[in-house]
Amino acid sequence: MRGPALVLGEPLSLWGGLDPATGTIVDPRHPAHGARVTGRVLVMPAARGSSSSASVLAEAVRAGTAPLAIVLAERDLILAVGSAVAAELYGVHVPVVVRPADALARIRSGDLVDV
Amino acid sequence: MPVALDARDRAMLAGDEGAGTAFAMRLVLVAAEALGAERLLDITGAHVDSCLFHGQATLDFVDRLAQGGTRVAVPTTLNVGLVDLLHPERWRGGAAEAEAGRRLMDAYRALGCRPTYTCAPYQTAWARPGLGEQVAWAESNAIVFCNSVLGARTERYGDFTDIACAVTGRAPAAGLHRTDARRATLVLRLAPDVPASLRDHDVLYPVLGTVLGRRAGSAVAALVGLPTGVSEDRLKAVGAAAASSGAVAMFHAVGSTPEAPTLDAALHGAPPDADEPITLGELRAARDALTTARGDRLGAVSLGTPHASLAELRAVAEALEGRRTRVELLVSTGRDVLAAAAEEGVVARLEAAGVELLVDTCSYLAPILRDAPGAVMTDSGKWAAYAPANIGREVVYASRADCLRSAVAGRVLVDLAPWGGA
Repeated sequence: MRGPALVLGEPLSLWGGLDPATGTIVDPRHPAHGARVTGRVLVMPAARGSSSSASVLAEAVRAGTAPLAIVLAERDLILAVGSAVAAELYGVHVPVVVRPADALARIRSGDLVDV
Repeated sequence: MPVALDARDRAMLAGDEGAGTAFAMRLVLVAAEALGAERLLDITGAHVDSCLFHGQATLDFVDRLAQGGTRVAVPTTLNVGLVDLLHPERWRGGAAEAEAGRRLMDAYRALGCRPTYTCAPYQTAWARPGLGEQVAWAESNAIVFCNSVLGARTERYGDFTDIACAVTGRAPAAGLHRTDARRATLVLRLAPDVPASLRDHDVLYPVLGTVLGRRAGSAVAALVGLPTGVSEDRLKAVGAAAASSGAVAMFHAVGSTPEAPTLDAALHGAPPDADEPITLGELRAARDALTTARGDRLGAVSLGTPHASLAELRAVAEALEGRRTRVELLVSTGRDVLAAAAEEGVVARLEAAGVELLVDTCSYLAPILRDAPGAVMTDSGKWAAYAPANIGREVVYASRADCLRSAVAGRVLVDLAPWGGA
């Protein structure tokens, strides 16, 4: 799977941070406030915050606004399970993969990334 | 490394107990892989947060899970949902959303979960696991309380994973289920400038939790310098705030929590990575940051986040005896605690003082509060952290006593004396 990267310097909580109806980052305190994740490879050091982020990811997949894939520097149970549920319910797989932090640091927003 | 499965795990995965249970087992395995678990373990209970509506996907999920007559395998309590099923007139949002929220709450009950609908299941005697018991709990404040105050063992579970564990009776043998992960790696000491009177005042504990969350992140910390035998209600306030300002899933309060009779016990005899003070200045700054409103205009008061205990309801009734609130005064609690409070006459006393009791949900999640100009006062660090973004209200953080005398006066009154006057 290949797509343009959206690199977030700070962790994002999907719950309260992503509007699944539009795929837009709505947390006003997040530096990427206003950016759209839809169709992008979302790259961030870690996920953050509420366990309800699993539901928000599944809802974004249902609404067709989810990122193509999510790349993190550390394992994340919440997003992995959200992705697995969405794949079962809607047949759309959003891979959640872990890569070393130094590899993440070389990716720039807009780069084409293979996952 | 693949997760080792026993014969029953494999049977569930193969669909021997129905399609829904097989789906649940697949999710437990995803969770186990994400946690790096080598095997699964049996759990004796679960607390499930998936019953809170977050869109059509949450309904689609439970419908898929229910296929084949799925039932939970262990006693399972439910967290708050979107609506107060006992007082539906309190809902001020759209009818379609309320209906979807109610449908989801009913769907989890139909899987065999108990309709507790509370974020504080530990306040119900039969739902309290014992020291060392393995469970799967969701809801951040409940997770911290379970690990820290009860000494039962859960990882940070949440939507979908919680009910998957409940249906299979299994959880990944990883993280805080394991003894080694429960060791404190950080020591936080109240500095000598924190007055003794503040250490024994309710108003300290949510603020201390806010600082704990920021300093610890997801690490297990040991708090030193509190009085011994800190009450459950105060430890509840620490954990709820720490899990909203950080990702805390467990802390030790030396001399109060069961795995920390001494600092050495909390450290498992090993040196910590860091040993740092918490100063009065840091606590005051954290207290001030919980308040977003300016001026003394009061719109409402919201208490009971996490859900009020019976002791807290009694204290509110006592403080308001013979007086009446001038503003909307909402106290959230669990329906089981509400029933106990009604039995002993506390509910009648609260209602005589103008208190409105909310169950099954929370006033920072759902459209409950009336529109009124002015700030909302709360004694909860968690409510203060989430309400401005979630429901768009300005907040004043203060002690329960200040919240209640402000409600009676109809304007914001805050006493800084416990803080040394500033």
